[in-house]
Amino acid sequence: MASSYKDEDGHISVKKPENTAFKQQRLPAWQPVLTAGTVLPAFFIIGLIFIPIGIGLYVTSNNIKEFEIDYTGLDPSSPCFNCSQNFSWNSTKPCTCSIPFYLEQPYESNVFMYYGLSNFYQNHRRYVKSRDDSQLNGNEESLRKPSKECEPYARHDNRPIAPCGAIANSMFNDTLELFYSDPNGTKTQIPLTATGIAWWTDKHVKFRNPGGNNDNLTAAFQGTTKPINWRRPAYELDSDPENNGFINEDFIVWMRTAALPTFRKLYRIIQRRNTMVPTLPRGNYTLEVVYNYPVRSFDGRKRMIFSTISWMGGKNPFLGIAYITVGSVCFLLGVILLFIHHKYDNRNNNPDISSN
Amino acid sequence: MGSVVSSFGNLCGKEKKQEEERHLRANDRPFNLSYLYANNAIKTSKYNVFTFLPLNLFEQFTRLANAYFLFLLLLQLIPQVSSLSWFTTAVPLILVLSMTAVKDASDDINRHRCDRQVNNRQVNVLTDGELKKEKWMNVQVGDIVKLESNHFVTADLLLLSSSEPLNLVYVETAELDGETNLKVKQALTVTGEMGDNIEALSTFRGEVRCEPPNNRLDKFKGNLTVNGQTYGLDNDKILLRGCTLRNTEWCFGLVIFGGPDTKLMQNSGKTTFKRTSIDHLMNVLVLCIFGFLGTMCFVLAIGNAIWEVKEGSVFTAFLPREAGVNAALSSFLSFWSYVIVLNTVVPISLYVSVEIIRLGNSFYIDWDRKMYYPKNDTPAQARTTTLNEELGQIKYIFSDKTGTLTQNIMTFNKCSINGKNYGELFDFSGQRVEVTEKTQRVDFSWNQLADPNFIFHDYSLLETVKEGNPEARAFFRLLALCHTVMPEEKKEGELNYQAQSPDEGALVTAARNFGFVFRSRTPETITIMEMGRKVTCELLAVLDFNNVRKRMSVIVRSPEGKMTLYCKGADTIIYERLHPSCKKLMDVTTGHLNEYAGDGLRTLVLAYKDLEESYMDGWRQRHHEASTAMEGQEEMLNELYEEIEKDMTLLGATAVEDKLQDGVPQTIEQLAKADIKIWVLTGDKQETAENIGYSCNMLREEMKDVFIVAANTAEGVKEELQNARRKMCPEAAEEPSVIKARAGLFWLQKTETVRDEKVDGDYGLIINGHSLAFALEKDLELELLRTACMCQTVICCRVTPLQKAQVVQLVKKYKQAVTLAIGDGANDVSMIKAAHIGVGISGQEGMQAVLSSDFSFAQFRYLQRLLLVHGRWSYLRMCKFLRYFFYKNFTFTFVHFWYAFFCGFSAQTVYDEWFITLYNLMYTALPILSLCLFDQDVNDRWSFQYPQLYSPGQLNMYFSKKAFVRCMMHSCYSSLILFFIPWAAMHDTVRDDGRDIADYQSFALLAQTCLLVVVSAQLCLDTHYWTTVNQLFVWGSLATYFAVTFTMYSNGMFLIFTSVFPFIGTARNSLNQPNVWLTIFLISLLCILPVVALRFVLLQIRPTINDKVRHMVGKEVLPSPAPRRPPARRISTRQSGYAFSHSQGYGNLVTSQGFLLKRPLKGRSILFTQTDSALAENKPQQYRTITEEVEESQSSHSW
Repeated sequence: MASSYKDEDGHISVKKPENTAFKQQRLPAWQPVLTAGTVLPAFFIIGLIFIPIGIGLYVTSNNIKEFEIDYTGLDPSSPCFNCSQNFSWNSTKPCTCSIPFYLEQPYESNVFMYYGLSNFYQNHRRYVKSRDDSQLNGNEESLRKPSKECEPYARHDNRPIAPCGAIANSMFNDTLELFYSDPNGTKTQIPLTATGIAWWTDKHVKFRNPGGNNDNLTAAFQGTTKPINWRRPAYELDSDPENNGFINEDFIVWMRTAALPTFRKLYRIIQRRNTMVPTLPRGNYTLEVVYNYPVRSFDGRKRMIFSTISWMGGKNPFLGIAYITVGSVCFLLGVILLFIHHKYDNRNNNPDISSN
Repeated sequence: MGSVVSSFGNLCGKEKKQEEERHLRANDRPFNLSYLYANNAIKTSKYNVFTFLPLNLFEQFTRLANAYFLFLLLLQLIPQVSSLSWFTTAVPLILVLSMTAVKDASDDINRHRCDRQVNNRQVNVLTDGELKKEKWMNVQVGDIVKLESNHFVTADLLLLSSSEPLNLVYVETAELDGETNLKVKQALTVTGEMGDNIEALSTFRGEVRCEPPNNRLDKFKGNLTVNGQTYGLDNDKILLRGCTLRNTEWCFGLVIFGGPDTKLMQNSGKTTFKRTSIDHLMNVLVLCIFGFLGTMCFVLAIGNAIWEVKEGSVFTAFLPREAGVNAALSSFLSFWSYVIVLNTVVPISLYVSVEIIRLGNSFYIDWDRKMYYPKNDTPAQARTTTLNEELGQIKYIFSDKTGTLTQNIMTFNKCSINGKNYGELFDFSGQRVEVTEKTQRVDFSWNQLADPNFIFHDYSLLETVKEGNPEARAFFRLLALCHTVMPEEKKEGELNYQAQSPDEGALVTAARNFGFVFRSRTPETITIMEMGRKVTCELLAVLDFNNVRKRMSVIVRSPEGKMTLYCKGADTIIYERLHPSCKKLMDVTTGHLNEYAGDGLRTLVLAYKDLEESYMDGWRQRHHEASTAMEGQEEMLNELYEEIEKDMTLLGATAVEDKLQDGVPQTIEQLAKADIKIWVLTGDKQETAENIGYSCNMLREEMKDVFIVAANTAEGVKEELQNARRKMCPEAAEEPSVIKARAGLFWLQKTETVRDEKVDGDYGLIINGHSLAFALEKDLELELLRTACMCQTVICCRVTPLQKAQVVQLVKKYKQAVTLAIGDGANDVSMIKAAHIGVGISGQEGMQAVLSSDFSFAQFRYLQRLLLVHGRWSYLRMCKFLRYFFYKNFTFTFVHFWYAFFCGFSAQTVYDEWFITLYNLMYTALPILSLCLFDQDVNDRWSFQYPQLYSPGQLNMYFSKKAFVRCMMHSCYSSLILFFIPWAAMHDTVRDDGRDIADYQSFALLAQTCLLVVVSAQLCLDTHYWTTVNQLFVWGSLATYFAVTFTMYSNGMFLIFTSVFPFIGTARNSLNQPNVWLTIFLISLLCILPVVALRFVLLQIRPTINDKVRHMVGKEVLPSPAPRRPPARRISTRQSGYAFSHSQGYGNLVTSQGFLLKRPLKGRSILFTQTDSALAENKPQQYRTITEEVEESQSSHSW
């Protein structure tokens, strides 16, 4: 506070405010003004930066190879038509169909195999919250007493469901297998890697089996029941103990719900084995589908996608086009603004303030 | 009889009903207690420890915004509806509530402390026959207390007796009505006789019946019954709580009203709540937003219904519906779910932030050294912290004159004696020299009785007097004799004058310094020291001043026996009564008078006349008869006065300067440039007001015309107003064009606006109180308003306080413009309260005006800084804040709206819940605060250089409904970009290792990061004034966001609170992707670039005044201000009719025997009974006031 002192005229100044830059609103400041000198170059420079980036992105995206098969089987001519028609959750005999296709280009590097679903509202609020993260994290208590959020998939036959909730219950359970048909007619199955498809954090932190590192998953899941739609309990998802139970990567991938109703999820990786041979050479292939997953009832679609990737991820021409467009628009705007500036500049240089 | 009444009183007193009459008996506690009157403890605090929480919470929830959020919180607790976790609303709500609660609590603790301190004051109470110290709070109605000098009055007391003669006491009422002068109260003789006889007092059994407690400070009705005799009681016998006893050794009083019943407490706490126009607009907008919110939710609910029927019903295999929920119910639930999700359009932090910003800007006003007045150590003060931005929108200023424009200090400035002009300085070449602080002053040290504060610069006058010039001596002798000033000489040689009007004081002081010292007076004599020689003159008659006579005379007999009539008065009046022989002198003096008037000085003409002994005898006889006559006394006296006051000899003229405050003309010029209209509302007379109008540059010689409206009938006023209007604007329609509109909440309020009319050239309007009274009638008010608003300058003189308020209200009503009233006296209070903003000038006339004002400072000239700098900045900042705040929240919310179309209208949020919680509280709070506390378009010097910068505020240019709609469109655009670009960029993309990135959590992270980057960039674009704090806050907030996000999405947090932070790893996994950053970059530019381009184009095509000035600021140094030219001397042809600034004189009091007989021995002069109405007078400061008893009707014309 201001202290009591006398100023030059001998007046006592107890209440004289302090003379600080803050209190007197004189803080040093930078006061930028939009001027032609800053705005116009900015537009041109942005334009000049964006167009090359956009071209780079576009070219990269175009170099990515992608192949997609819709195997929903809505069309009577489709091999999967029968499977899609006769679907029943309770059928014990799996329905299989095989779809032949021809790859026109060889796929050189690692190929990623996705399944895609359409019109599937994984982002519906009730769906998104229908899970119990504690249970999935291996919490014993939650395993026995799933969270209320999981309703109506929390308990079945008076036993807790593990994993509980609508997300887990609706897990994608088609099996996709790929066969390469040699020109000489032999079919070889292409090996698909089922691990390394989930986020590291999900696999190692977010999802854990109950009972810690207990090898005996069957015992850990004792007293729980499988989700209603599942054919097998969680501890029988895979034979590999590192990929079983809650840490089964197919399961983890499914549990990472999609943002939009049309989405794709990584299913398998086709590792490149030999640098000399393309991962997927050009030729005839067959996709063998064990058709378990019903989508017809809600007009959904199922797809299988092969894709290579680049530094910017999968094929998506949008970003490249957007960058090119924005860059060009910026450049154009720069020209227009320059024109406007030129036209009105004279008037601006002699601001007649008093006339206002 | 007493017992009957008392037993009756006992019966009804028990019931706590509206008190109709107060009845009490001195020294009889049991009797008085039976009425259950409040004791003297006061309680201004609202809460105690236990009631604080419930009461305060209740109060807070009565506010619409808080109640709304409570409602939301409750909604969120319904699981079917809850689309967000409870904490998204609870955390901000609790924060807001606790902040307010802490503020309320600290306020209340202060009040508690105050109360305790006051309640524990000690006072002597007469109990059981002796005086005992007692705490104030224990004093009961009916107790007799003893007060001593400088004590505060404990409660409302009936004065019983005092140490002073005539049972007088002197009290200072500053705390009550703000007047610093002492007032006199007088006890009844019957009680006064008791003196300080404790025995008599303790056996005193007087009974008082009086009015119930009320808040009228100037009225009291009641009676006192002592020994069967009944005496009337009025306000003169009552000491009110809040007063201080002065100059009185002791006094005894009977407590009549205690604690909460006292007039002081009854008067407090009823402040009207002023709201700014932005406040009103904000309420309307919030209501609109509610409607908008409802519409959005409705649309989405319909969407939900459609989705449920078409998609949801078939999707049940994977997402079963809850039991009993069909499409219709689901749609209903989703409506409420969306109310929750979209609630951020009505931002909870809006009101809190607005308050904080206003508080900050108020502090700047308090801290401003350039509004600090060192002479009396007064800083400017923002007494209301909620009106700041309105300071930037003022269109009309209503100013008081005395004490506001002027200092209310009269200085004897010039005089003309026998045709010679004194008081001006000339250099060797004969050029007039401007008198400054440094000019050498005349040395009066030879005169021991001289007033050291008196300043005069012209030596020649003193020399003339010393030479013995008879005219000069007669001139000053007249000034020393002809007045009604009371001298006060506490110590030998220490003279103090108590003058009724400061003019008189100035004149008598001038005479004193020039060697004619008025020393003392008795009813019959006046003693003066004439050049060191004591002369006692016999005072034969005082021919008093009144408004019609406009002159005053005294008739004295000198020790030599010569009888003389001395007269001073208005020039026009005196000139008619001069002897024809003075013709030549009159012409010369008229020249001088015109010169003085041109300088804005107040002039008086002095004349004298020698009287014959024989004539005088007869006249005195008749005078005596006339003054004792029962009927027609006044006319007879007037006739007598007329008879004797003629054929006088002219002595000269005096010119008294009504000193303007420093910088008044410049301030007025600046404000006029800022397109602010200034109306002066003064109680002064027309001539004075006109003078001041000229001297402070409001009226100018080059004005086309100055209309004077001074008619005495409604028709006359109408005609004069119409004539003026027709002259100014002949083509204007006869009927005013009134625009009728509706405004306010729910458009309930009807408004009528009179359009401004364009007029060529400058005109002035002067209207007097009488005409104003007619003009303010219903049928004429529009005529008045039209005419007045066409004029550059409006001066209303002789206005009552009520009329001041009426004028303000008239403008407020029909102009829909923001008004400001500035004044310093109690008579300005009504106008200060009526205007949108009231400014009090502190220091001159007590504290009354300041206490009811919203802002206060010591000098009128600070007004330009308050408006042009602080007001402008506050308005700018507030508007920027609102525009940005709405933008920020709309953008935030609209993204949810777009997302609804992709998530089955299920009320799924786009962002992480924690982000929703912290967005307003943490990530954007500080940058916006720094924007709104530091931003300035141009600094204060440029603001002064270009007062035109002020006008956008008057036109509501920065924030209005239009601006709000623009904000919404902008938000809409931004939100579209913010949703659809990530959508397009992400929907089929994978990470660079082939894994998913199109998942909900990554999308949420991307969307919220983009949003934050975009709103931060927008903030940067809006910031004109980049201080380090701004930088720190902007970058700090972004850094905080990333830090918080990474922390919340970390393994540790997930493992500890598994279900609270499910976003684990999202930040790491998606923010290391180049395409995520490319998307963020793209979105930011897409949101910002169009804004930059648009602003640049507007800057080029339609630059505003701000843009131009800012452009210049960037390029040039501040042009040096134009040199201040000395005001050109006006040779005015206007006759100054001015005489005295006071009302009816009180010559009869001066000469009355009764009052002066019992002169106090202590040498303190007696003070006369004060006028009751605090509002009704003008109180000069230089000299202590003596005011006389005036009738109510007169007093309204008397300041």
